[in-house]
Amino acid sequence: MKLRAIRAGYSGNPVLHGITLDFAPGEFAAIAGPNGAGKSTLLSILAGLFPRHEGECSLDGRPVPEWPRGEFARSVAFVPQSVRIDFPFTARQVVLMGRAPFADGLFESEADHEAARRAMALTDTLAFAARDFRSLSGGEKQRVVLASALAQSPRVLLLDEPATFLDLKHQVSIYTLLRHLASSGILVIAVTHDLNLASAFASRLILLHQGRIAADGPPVDVLTEANIQAVFDTPARVHRLEDRSWLVYG
Amino acid sequence: MDKPRAVAAISAAAAIALLASVLAPLAGSSNISLEAAFQGISPHHEIFFQARLPRVLLALLTGGALAASGVLFQSLLRDALATPYTLGISSGASLGAVTAICFGWAGGVWLASFLGAVIVLVAVLALAHEGRRMSPFTLLLGGVTINSICLAAILFLQNITTFGRSLAIVRWLMGSIDQVEYSVLAALAAAILPVTAYTFLRARDWNLLAAGEEWAASRGVPVRRAMLTGYLAGSFLTGLVTAFAGPIGFVGLIVPHALRLALGADHRVLLPCSFLLGAAFLALCDAVSRTLLAPGEIPVGVITALIGGPVFICMLRRRARS
Repeated sequence: MKLRAIRAGYSGNPVLHGITLDFAPGEFAAIAGPNGAGKSTLLSILAGLFPRHEGECSLDGRPVPEWPRGEFARSVAFVPQSVRIDFPFTARQVVLMGRAPFADGLFESEADHEAARRAMALTDTLAFAARDFRSLSGGEKQRVVLASALAQSPRVLLLDEPATFLDLKHQVSIYTLLRHLASSGILVIAVTHDLNLASAFASRLILLHQGRIAADGPPVDVLTEANIQAVFDTPARVHRLEDRSWLVYG
Repeated sequence: MDKPRAVAAISAAAAIALLASVLAPLAGSSNISLEAAFQGISPHHEIFFQARLPRVLLALLTGGALAASGVLFQSLLRDALATPYTLGISSGASLGAVTAICFGWAGGVWLASFLGAVIVLVAVLALAHEGRRMSPFTLLLGGVTINSICLAAILFLQNITTFGRSLAIVRWLMGSIDQVEYSVLAALAAAILPVTAYTFLRARDWNLLAAGEEWAASRGVPVRRAMLTGYLAGSFLTGLVTAFAGPIGFVGLIVPHALRLALGADHRVLLPCSFLLGAAFLALCDAVSRTLLAPGEIPVGVITALIGGPVFICMLRRRARS
């Protein structure tokens, strides 16, 4: 997946000022930066959900807006920050919606059900498959939504703060899962605020600052005291431990 | 819900609708026997097949269309309290009908009514069209505004017309199922059934759109086109049956609501069951409206409002609490 000189904004209010990035299969890229740096906008562009932008975002050399939506959805899955569903769908039904791009009949096939089951097993959500999605906790919802994206069996997985509502156990298990998915050849791109999680699991860390790339590389190189000061305007100490960088605040 | 359970639910709903369509014509100011009606014995035969059955069939089509379009509007607007009338379709239809009554075009009431619905639909959709997307919020506000404009125009027309016509206007606005010719019924069914069938076949899209526009887009739904066809199909169904029966409230609200509680939100089940049970519900309400004050009649819109109003208040209160 490639981005070339991306510029975008909301009604005359520019957010991204010329972003150029190349992503390769098997990468686990974390995107971090202060509020309003343009992280979510960048992710929306990658997901094909932000059609009004300058520059070119392409997958397999083909600009994203030119992909037929269904075909694109068989390659790229998107996990938004939060999902609000006001109707009584069960968790399993929400996961099965990820099979929609593969649908050839009105009802899901046995293969679709199997894909949904696998996705739910990976995200530890099988236990509440039959429950009303609305009755789940924030963290449970987040995992069900991730399962729905995994059911799309994507080559590219885009996530907007996938661990915000998760407890420590599930934060670690989801990030372990993402790293595992990347090592199996999937391109994983996640927006996150948790720099230490990114440092521990991601293979690449991109820092965005005021719509521009402030730093890009292996987390161990990107997480420096100078970079944190420049991007987040906050002093922090960086410790090296087991070849990783760890941030200590305050 | 998987296929076998969906088929079971839809079959049960179909059986109930069938039962309602056989039982409803038996109710009315004079007692008739089903057996005698089918044996061609007068007057059982005439009352069953000429007086009551066409009316019951109109009630079935109207109730089914209203409930199905209620489901559609609730999903597309992502609001369980939306109704087929939320976009102002019924007030447009009413203004059309009132105009026709006011100027004495008795034969053209349904056509004027349908045109009124079409004009309102186009106006609301144009209003809510923001660049590449359609905002549910603007649609809701646009609908509310157009509702009040049409209502003002209706009151104006009612004020300047004669007493007799004013009474006819009030009567129309209550919403009632009247006797119609079989030929009219056939034409109506030919318009309603294919559109309803089309919405069933697109049920997956409504599922995804009910969960959100981005959600649907990232799962391959052409969101703008799907929403536009959804609004058009729902409005077509609503406008058409409103033109013949007047604005009959709450069918499109309480039938989908009750079924979502019982069957969940999957549109592959919810839509066909809502159509079938909406049909049965209105046919039974119409039977009540014929019998409660027999030989007099209460407009069926009054019956559905009396049942639906309290249900709606309960829904509102439950939502306010959660």
